[in-house]
Parts: sequence; structure tokens; C-alpha cells
Amino acid sequence: MKARVFVTLKNGVLDPQGKAIGHALNNLGFGSVGEVRQGKVIDIELTEKDEQAARANLKQMCEKLLANTVIEKYEIELRH
Amino acid sequence: MRSAVIVFPASNCDRDAHDALAQLSGREPHMVWHGDSDVPDVDLIVLPGGFAYGDYLRCGAMAAHSHIMRDIKRKAEQGIAVLGICNGFQILTEAGLLPGALMRNADLKFVCRPVELVVEESQSGFTRKYSKGERVRFPVAHGEGNYFADEATLDRLEGEGRVVFRYAPGENPNGSARDIAGILNEKRNVLGLMPHPERACDPLLGSTTGRALFQSLIESLT
Repeated sequence: MKARVFVTLKNGVLDPQGKAIGHALNNLGFGSVGEVRQGKVIDIELTEKDEQAARANLKQMCEKLLANTVIEKYEIELRH
Repeated sequence: MRSAVIVFPASNCDRDAHDALAQLSGREPHMVWHGDSDVPDVDLIVLPGGFAYGDYLRCGAMAAHSHIMRDIKRKAEQGIAVLGICNGFQILTEAGLLPGALMRNADLKFVCRPVELVVEESQSGFTRKYSKGERVRFPVAHGEGNYFADEATLDRLEGEGRVVFRYAPGENPNGSARDIAGILNEKRNVLGLMPHPERACDPLLGSTTGRALFQSLIESLT
């Protein structure tokens, strides 16, 4: 099973990198660009077959290491 | 005072910490590799500046889970003094030994220069040789020193006298909430700060106002 984990800054936490990207896009002529937020994508291969167990495990991975929950939130996507 | 400096892959201020401690305490600190399982019996553990594990994932995130951290957490709970400088501060927040997080500098620039700080709290083993309100000048050298915590945590830190160092007005180099440069844990035996007191101990380096921090520790731990 494969998992994709999205780690992004929580709403309300300032994202200066996202802001800089937004400015750059505006400068390139993409006038329709509003707020930009940047995050991380982490792809993980799992040997687990059981989806529920995989989800529980991934949640722990996020809480313990992949995300710093003081400033970040995460989303888990499973692919078969 | 017996001390240990933890050396992570890509620590780069471990020798500075070593020299400051050796000169001021008159005792050679133990240099302890991050892969070791135990810190020797010491009074002070220093987590030095640098870029442990290349700042992979987040600054301090990998180091916070390295082998030696288990014993450091144990010793911190027992009341042994722990000082985290710069990357060391980032590691302490990632390890949950200090609240909050250190984010990318607000202007996205790596900042490397001396900054003026206000000693906000002299009621700690780390700062008893300073007086409250005293100005000191330590260098900063970081890209991720922007201290963040939720409002309730910030209020609590202030209310409990745990904001020990604050950037002087107009000096905040990174956008830190409430100009916070250094904080204590609840038991007041763990201090994390972004500026480098160990690089402000020798007149050759432009400031000796960092000495009092180590002298405070020597006085309270010897």
C-alpha cells in the first residue's frame, strides 16, 4: 500500500514562503493569484494490507515526526 | 561544574560551547556523540548550534528523536540543567522539552549579526549573575528563529516569568512573537535561546556579555 501525507501550516500561522511565491506569481503576470500557502508532500510505502491499521499507523507517524502539530496540520491519502 | 556538549552530525557550534565552558568552568566538558545512549553524570547538558541532520524535515526534528535524546529527556525531568542554543533551542522545542516552535524568519533571510537583548529574568540558574533589564549583546546566526506559540502559551510564559531573553526594541531579527529570544521550561532547568552566548565570551569576538550566563550556571551548579 502507498500513502501520501500532506503537511501544511495551520490556518492563521504566517507563511512567508507562500507569500513570496504569491508575489512571484503576480510578477509573472498571473494576476488572478490570491493567497498562496506552501507545504510538504511525503510519499510512504507500507507493507500493511489492512487499511484501517495503515491509517492508524500513519496518524501516529504524523503526530510523532512528520508534522509539528504546534504549527502544522496533516492529511493522509491512501493508494492501493 | 561538570558539563557535556552533545555533538550531532552537522553541529557547528559544539567547539564554541566547549571552549566557553572549558575556559569559564576550568573543567573540560564531555563531548557526547548523538548516537550514544547515555550522557555522563554532569550538572549541565548543552545542545549546541548548527544544522543537525542537515535540518531535514524541519530544523531539529530528526535530532529530537536521536538516541541520546532519551537520556537527555530523562535527565531534564530529574532536574539536570539543559541549555539549547540556536539549533539546540529548535531541538528542545521539537523534543517537547520547551513549548512553541521556531519557524522560518519572517523576511525569509538568514540573519547573521550581533543583536541586543534584554535580560527579562534574573531569577533563574542561567541568569542569576545578570540583573533584570540588563542589556547584553550576543550574535545570532539562523534562518529559522521566528518563535511561535499560541496566545495562551505566550501569556503563560510571560505570566510565569519564563521569557528570559527578549530582543531589545527594534532589534527583533526574525519576527518572533513578542520579541522572544529565549525561554525556560516550567521547572526552570531547561533554557532555549536563539542567540549565541557562547560566542560572546571572548573579547576577540566583540562581546563578553555571554560570560555571565555560564558564570550563573557555574555558581548555581557547583
